[in-house]
Amino acid sequence: MAEAIAAGGERRRRIGAPPPLAALIARRIAISLLLLLAVSVLVFAGTEMLPGDVAQMILGQGATPQALAGLRAALHLNEPAWLRYLHWLWGLLHGNAGHSLVNGMSVATLVGRRLINSLRLALFTTVVTVPLALLVGITAAIWRGTTYDRVVNMLTIATVSVPEFLFATLAVLIFAVRLRWLPALSLVMRGASFLELLRAYALPVATLSLAIFAQMARMTRAALVNILSSSYVEMAALKGVRPIRLVLRHALPNALGPVANAVALSLSFLLGGVVIVETVFSYPGLAKLMVDAVSTRDMPLVQACAMIFCTAYLLLVLVADVIALLANPRLRHR
Amino acid sequence: MSDEPIRGRRRAPLSPVALAAGAVVVACFALAVFGPALALHGEGAIVSRHIFAPMSAAFPLGTDYLGRDMLSRVLYGARFTIGVALPAALLASGAGTMLGMLAAVRGRTLDAALSRTMDTLISLPTLIFSLVVVAALGSSITVLVLTAAVIYTPGSYRIARSIAVDLSATDFVKAARARGEGGLAIMLGEILPNMVMPVLTDFGLRFVFIVLLLSSLSFLGLGIQPPYSDWGGMVRENIEGLSAGAPAVIVPAVAIAILTISVNLLIDNLPGRGSPRRGE
Repeated sequence: MAEAIAAGGERRRRIGAPPPLAALIARRIAISLLLLLAVSVLVFAGTEMLPGDVAQMILGQGATPQALAGLRAALHLNEPAWLRYLHWLWGLLHGNAGHSLVNGMSVATLVGRRLINSLRLALFTTVVTVPLALLVGITAAIWRGTTYDRVVNMLTIATVSVPEFLFATLAVLIFAVRLRWLPALSLVMRGASFLELLRAYALPVATLSLAIFAQMARMTRAALVNILSSSYVEMAALKGVRPIRLVLRHALPNALGPVANAVALSLSFLLGGVVIVETVFSYPGLAKLMVDAVSTRDMPLVQACAMIFCTAYLLLVLVADVIALLANPRLRHR
Repeated sequence: MSDEPIRGRRRAPLSPVALAAGAVVVACFALAVFGPALALHGEGAIVSRHIFAPMSAAFPLGTDYLGRDMLSRVLYGARFTIGVALPAALLASGAGTMLGMLAAVRGRTLDAALSRTMDTLISLPTLIFSLVVVAALGSSITVLVLTAAVIYTPGSYRIARSIAVDLSATDFVKAARARGEGGLAIMLGEILPNMVMPVLTDFGLRFVFIVLLLSSLSFLGLGIQPPYSDWGGMVRENIEGLSAGAPAVIVPAVAIAILTISVNLLIDNLPGRGSPRRGE
């Protein structure tokens, strides 16, 4: 009986009725969670294959055997790797990511404030970049094939192929050293005025924006051009609709999904850029914390930072996919 | 895509942009090989008492934080920037293409297993992934090459697989199957010759990504270690000179930009189009 129902369901699906949207989205979220789990295994395995004894590293060469044994027991170092992984994951889920090997502080405390700083930087950058990138992407699509479009194409290719630290150093050289308009380091004091805040954030935000702006503009243009080459737009053009109206009224509503998808995907490039930008401007964010932790081989801190970045990344890709799913019913047939 | 196998090679003339970009790329690779022979001063030779000197006749690109000749340093640095990125890109592109074809030719089980593995790898942000690896294993050249190769294999895999899946449904592949050719013969003899252009384009893209990734790592002080320096590392070691406006900071970064922009422009202006752009 149950088999017959299952077979019936199977047949109905094959005929063409797509599974309900909520189920598809739930499936996509489940996949993301699975990926996150796989990522956590990779991060843990990657940082645990470190040669050498962690207890020895913490206590130094002069430690007594008893102290070493005690610390190993406290850190669960005598347990098999899979058990330590579960311990670690359990702790992570409860906001307890262990203690820094360097200064003994709780990782959660160290990460907390830095995370907020990084999120603020990312937020400012997003607010500045998205409208600008959409404007350039859409205008390039409207005037595609013109000199403007070609110039935008060349410039954006050049921008995506240049390391972020080139922009960062050039920006410091021009605006902080030559023109002396802005500070070279981004240090915000408590109780800083709005103007001071603006000056401190100007260079890091501008550098970070540039890194994702080109990507976003290119993807926006591509999404829109794709729609513009469809037959209903051609029909409208033959009817005599003006080019600007053609793009804004006819193409853009249907391109919203792909464009939003492009925006979310481009934002995931923030993750690479933020590492460089925070280092150049000595910005007290999470990425700077992670780079410092890597140079001192402070593994619990590296693990926690890596997991936060990977979660953010997966989240952005998930949002991009869900938007695409909502916007394009054809993707639901699969 | 036409159903006909492409045997003879059609040659379309290269555009001026492609020619110019290609010339720059060739020049960069020549530097990686002959750079040390062209350099006037040794890699570590301190030749001036002035640190962060501006450009001059004696030192065309100025001097660095120890008073070494920047022109010679940049010439030596090409070996590391290109010499480490090239094998990594070859590995990534080679492994990705082979595995992609394998997934398309062999049955669904292998395809599913490979595709899920690649999906997992691609869901790690690249710079964060390499930071974790470097934290655990240090940054020897072997680790750097292998890390970059692993990070960029999934991208090549996805592109190669999607083309190979299309190709393996064509009549000439079915004919080869009917003749009783094995999987390897079909991959190398039937499928690969018909996807040379996309694979080469993809290889160029991977090379650019890897140059940028390794330069960023070096810039963070976590890539090629002293006494050797690639161009990214030179930006880092001279960063103190930024406030003095020293060319030593900007020149190596510009060198990277020249290399990566010209590779990208070359790919973008190759005849045959269909270049897979960025990401995925």
